[in-house]
Amino acid sequence: MKYLDEYRDAPACQRYLAAIARITTRPWTIMEVCGGQTHAIVRFGLQELLPPHIELVHGPGCPVCVTPLEIIDKALALAARPEVIFCSFGDMLRVPGSRQDLQTVRGAGGDVRVVYSALDCLHIAREHPHKQIVFFAVGFETTAPGNALLVARAAREGLSNLSLLVSHVLVPPAIEAILSSPQNRVQAFLAAGHVCAVMGTAAYQPLAARYHAPLVVTGFEPLDILQGLYMCVRQLEQGRAEVENQYVRSVRAEGNPEAQALIASVFGVVTRQWRGMGEIPASGWGLSPAYRAFDAEHRFDLARVSAPEPAECISGQILQGQKKPAECPAFGLRCTPQHPLGATMVSAEGTCAAYYQYRNCESA
Amino acid sequence: MSEPMFKLNCPLPLAGHERVLMAHGGGGRMMSVLIAQIFRQAFDNPELETRHDGAVLTLAPGRLAMSTDSYVIRPLVFPGGDIGTLAVNGTVNDLAMCGARPLYLSAAFILEEGLEIATLWQVALSMRQAAERAGVRIVTGDTKVVERGHGDGLYINTTGIGRLEHALRIAPASVRPGDAVLISGDVGRHGMAVLAARENLSFHSPIESDCAPLADTVMALLQQGIEVHCLRDATRGGLAAVLNEIASDAGLRIDCDDAAIPVDRAVREACELLGLDPLQVANEGCFVAFVAQRHSDAALATLRSFNPRAALIGAVLDAQPGLVTLSTELGGRRILDMPMGELLPRIC
Repeated sequence: MKYLDEYRDAPACQRYLAAIARITTRPWTIMEVCGGQTHAIVRFGLQELLPPHIELVHGPGCPVCVTPLEIIDKALALAARPEVIFCSFGDMLRVPGSRQDLQTVRGAGGDVRVVYSALDCLHIAREHPHKQIVFFAVGFETTAPGNALLVARAAREGLSNLSLLVSHVLVPPAIEAILSSPQNRVQAFLAAGHVCAVMGTAAYQPLAARYHAPLVVTGFEPLDILQGLYMCVRQLEQGRAEVENQYVRSVRAEGNPEAQALIASVFGVVTRQWRGMGEIPASGWGLSPAYRAFDAEHRFDLARVSAPEPAECISGQILQGQKKPAECPAFGLRCTPQHPLGATMVSAEGTCAAYYQYRNCESA
Repeated sequence: MSEPMFKLNCPLPLAGHERVLMAHGGGGRMMSVLIAQIFRQAFDNPELETRHDGAVLTLAPGRLAMSTDSYVIRPLVFPGGDIGTLAVNGTVNDLAMCGARPLYLSAAFILEEGLEIATLWQVALSMRQAAERAGVRIVTGDTKVVERGHGDGLYINTTGIGRLEHALRIAPASVRPGDAVLISGDVGRHGMAVLAARENLSFHSPIESDCAPLADTVMALLQQGIEVHCLRDATRGGLAAVLNEIASDAGLRIDCDDAAIPVDRAVREACELLGLDPLQVANEGCFVAFVAQRHSDAALATLRSFNPRAALIGAVLDAQPGLVTLSTELGGRRILDMPMGELLPRIC
């Protein structure tokens, strides 16, 4: 498959693995930020091919993991309303709120639809003028341009039956939260390639300098990830801390100015709650005042929905590489993939879910 | 399957009606017309012609297999088949997975008021065609009609009976460490064909369902004297679900090689685009065979005589019970997880 097979080429990957092994002289802890990168690492079994003293920490860059319980509960409350058609990207359907998930709400009669593009909601809104269409606008900077385009088009068309439940989050503040923690163990980052394709790389320069941590903007195929890791290790071994771009085929330093302009016209920076990590200042986007009419939280009375996270869950520390799942008293007992307490058990690729899977096999 | 069999007269409109009405399920004249002109005409066989409450069958002594399945699919017609093809092949294949030669099927229809008679006729003809191909007869049936809005057009249940012509015990408990794991064809086509039809997705190259009867392939394996330990068709949940079920039921570990598992290029591309794993996508014409290691080559040759894409994909190990691993194309190894249930495209 063109543009994929080249980046999964086994001999080329072997060369990078050998090169990483050759230049590594001591243990390093590196975080891949994006859930897409975690997926590739798990899918291709990359961790076990790396030298044993390179530890990969799966970062918080997965909307399935970090969308806060409170927002999920709001989504569930909206989806259960008889007048609402609730539209979502596929894998948010199985993210548990405090009591249930969107699949359960659909089973109980809620009209919950999977869309492949935010813009699909325009057709649904036109086809159902007497229904309220709510789109679950989650994700990082990557999904924001499409979601912003939905708002801009809906405004231009004057669609009054469409709104968004927005929980956009931003990567640089999350990296800063990790780096600034006194317990931080992460020494370098594979930054999320597609986020940078939209936003560019400028926001990462001050982070690399202030915390003396290499940041390598990296793609999502095995060869991308191995090359990104090689670039990280090379910087670490040489004592450098710079922003480098492995994903040159997609990422320009300035990003995509057109998408940025669209985002800036629709969204404004807000403080966001992250599942597992708590509140991070200026870490998300919400609809700007000009588009407040499209804000589902404004349109519907949802203010009273609030859901504290389970106190014993340590997923925040696990997300940041500070603790291992075995250190959690709830792990495997009160917290399982079927009944997850926190972010890292929610996603199949979350650290706790992966440990749980292995543990089952080892002990059985 | 001979062409003249299909020179049947389309019964349209059915006594003046182009759509199914509640009265078609009411037990009166309209139901008789529906049964006579659609089902008896399409399925045409002596057992059905007795027009009795059930079929009376004469079976040779020996072990029998019985299986039942209900078919619910949207859209009713998809590239490569329809609900009728599925309803026959699905049950025929479940019998074949018991190592049985399929003989007879029952067919029960739940029709939604308003279903087009032309669609029902097409489905009935598909069932006839699939039954001919699989060598089974549809010998008894039932029809019910539900109000509009209470069904997805048409649901079908089929139950099948087949005869075992061997002494093997084909079941997960018969799987042994060292067994070879083979697949009878490429995976992921049925699920992607249906998804594309349902969601109006158009891919570069169209994908057709693999829906097909598997009994001949299984019979050939058995006739060759191959020591078959377990067979399972990789339907819902795809190959990933089947391997996990058997690893868990047999209390053994299964190791497979990702690169050996055949996936059609168009299926692979569509899955990449949507963030789906082809190993979790449903199939309707492909099965996994666990055979004694010494018969691995012979089994593969037999499977390939039916489908050149059949492959040896892995082996059974006497290790962590229930674990399924996949060696990746880069030489790594990962756990192949049990799918959660519904296929949900990934955000990232």
